Amino acid sequence: MNFSIALKTIVGKEIYRFIRIWPQTLLPPAITTTLYFLIFGKLIGNRIGSIHSASYMDYIVPGIILMSVISHSYANVVSSFYSTKFQRNIEELLVAPVPNWVILGGYVGGGIVRGIAVGAVVAAISLLFTTMTIHSLLITGSIALMTATLFALAGFINAILAESFDDISIIPNFVLTPLSYLGGVFYSVEMLPDLWQHLSMGNPILYMINAFRYGMIGVSDVDIQLAFLITSGFIVLLTVFALFLLHRGSGIKN
Amino acid sequence: MNALSIRNLKKTYRNGFEALKGIDLEVEAGDFFALLGPNGAGKSTAIGIVSSLVNATAGSVNIFGHDLQTDRAKAKSCIGLVPQEINFNQFDTVKNILLNQAGYYGLPRKIALPRTEYCLKQMDLWDKRNSVSRRLSGGMKRRVMIARAMVHAPKLLILDEPTAGVDIEIRRSMWQMMREVNQQGTTIILTTHYLEEAESLCRNIAIIDQGQIVEHSDMASLLARLNVDHFILDLAEPLNTVPVLAGCSIEKINDKSLNVAVPKQVGLNQLFSQLTQQHIQVISMKNKSNRLEQLFLDLIDAKAAGAKQ
Repeated sequence: MNFSIALKTIVGKEIYRFIRIWPQTLLPPAITTTLYFLIFGKLIGNRIGSIHSASYMDYIVPGIILMSVISHSYANVVSSFYSTKFQRNIEELLVAPVPNWVILGGYVGGGIVRGIAVGAVVAAISLLFTTMTIHSLLITGSIALMTATLFALAGFINAILAESFDDISIIPNFVLTPLSYLGGVFYSVEMLPDLWQHLSMGNPILYMINAFRYGMIGVSDVDIQLAFLITSGFIVLLTVFALFLLHRGSGIKN
Repeated sequence: MNALSIRNLKKTYRNGFEALKGIDLEVEAGDFFALLGPNGAGKSTAIGIVSSLVNATAGSVNIFGHDLQTDRAKAKSCIGLVPQEINFNQFDTVKNILLNQAGYYGLPRKIALPRTEYCLKQMDLWDKRNSVSRRLSGGMKRRVMIARAMVHAPKLLILDEPTAGVDIEIRRSMWQMMREVNQQGTTIILTTHYLEEAESLCRNIAIIDQGQIVEHSDMASLLARLNVDHFILDLAEPLNTVPVLAGCSIEKINDKSLNVAVPKQVGLNQLFSQLTQQHIQVISMKNKSNRLEQLFLDLIDAKAAGAKQ
């Protein structure tokens, strides 16, 4: 049995879905981030000056790009997979000879593509406000890809466990957004009091944003190897948990 | 070879409800098989387990020689399922629904495209291929589900109440399509609440009640067990008293209608000769109920009576 065709079908279906509804999926982040760059980067940033010898605008661009990658890779999978559950067309996949890893890979793949696509849109918009530098293409690309993978997996697990549409908005609103904002998108943790610095070190998003920032402008508050280790560790953990839930049929089988 | 072999299949839900109490079932390859039972009898659970939508508590399912637990991919690739409720993506086009389904079964695009065209034409949906599925009528949606289930040319097609809620014209055209699919070699398992549908289409039958198979035989021998036929007779002239007909029991519905129970040993010739002798002129007659329906009710009632004792 050729599972690559099933995998391509699911990924293709997911990409087609978010492109078809681009006013809901690609346009809003473009508008929101334009406002971020305008208000925080231009209006407020000019008064803040520089952080780690980078202009404030240059400092926040990587964080805003990665924040978009995080929220959209998560949102794509959680909304798509939950809708699939809600409309019961998940049954198409359960009846077909599609292994669980292909279902997971297909939806996560779709989430990664949407996350990276939105990241690319935001990066393109940032060019209207500043010039982009890439300190290390390998670090920038790999951490963006890994972050998108991690949050697509998290979105998948949220969708499996969700029992109503409310359940798919709780995590993004009450967990993801606060952690992203507190993950050093707009500031360096060195600017915080000691207690808050220590607490921030427990926020995994801080490591991803700083690794991505290091990849772009060569500046970071954390150890890059540790950032890769934490991100990889979470990917493995969430993959195992998602496959366990699929195997058990939690939330998708009677 | 059997298309489907079920051995000692059990399902107990988390709330303790025992939906299946160890059923055994055999469906021969090429058969048109009816799986009947009242609501909550366990037939949807059985179908859910065979089609991997429900996890079994115990027992084994074998599809065309492939064990559903140990040879999962091959077993599943033999099945096409038409579920009770519409479950395709309502925002997708008809053509994409079938192409995606073909993809899930590993069909390359160059095979999936002609298969999609063939199945949509067979279901008379080719003109609607680019329509968004939620804009289709109820009957068309049902046909999309059948076309979708057939796109990978399954050897075993499971139809779970495929004609529920569709009008009689569409139902009859769907019967014709199902017959054609079966004649082309596809084994069909049908569940339905329209017992005339099962009687008209199926060669073999199993009746499930309270999680157990209470009947498993061929349709002809099952129907032969029916000893009494019930008829409604419409009369030309009103009757004041209920006539007495030897061997038959009669109930007056109104002045011009009688409900007559005719045992097989009496037969219709004897019934009509007695009516003629008594100068009772019959304008028309019809079966009071479908024959299979009568048997079905008898079996379920017998089971319920047994349970009470």
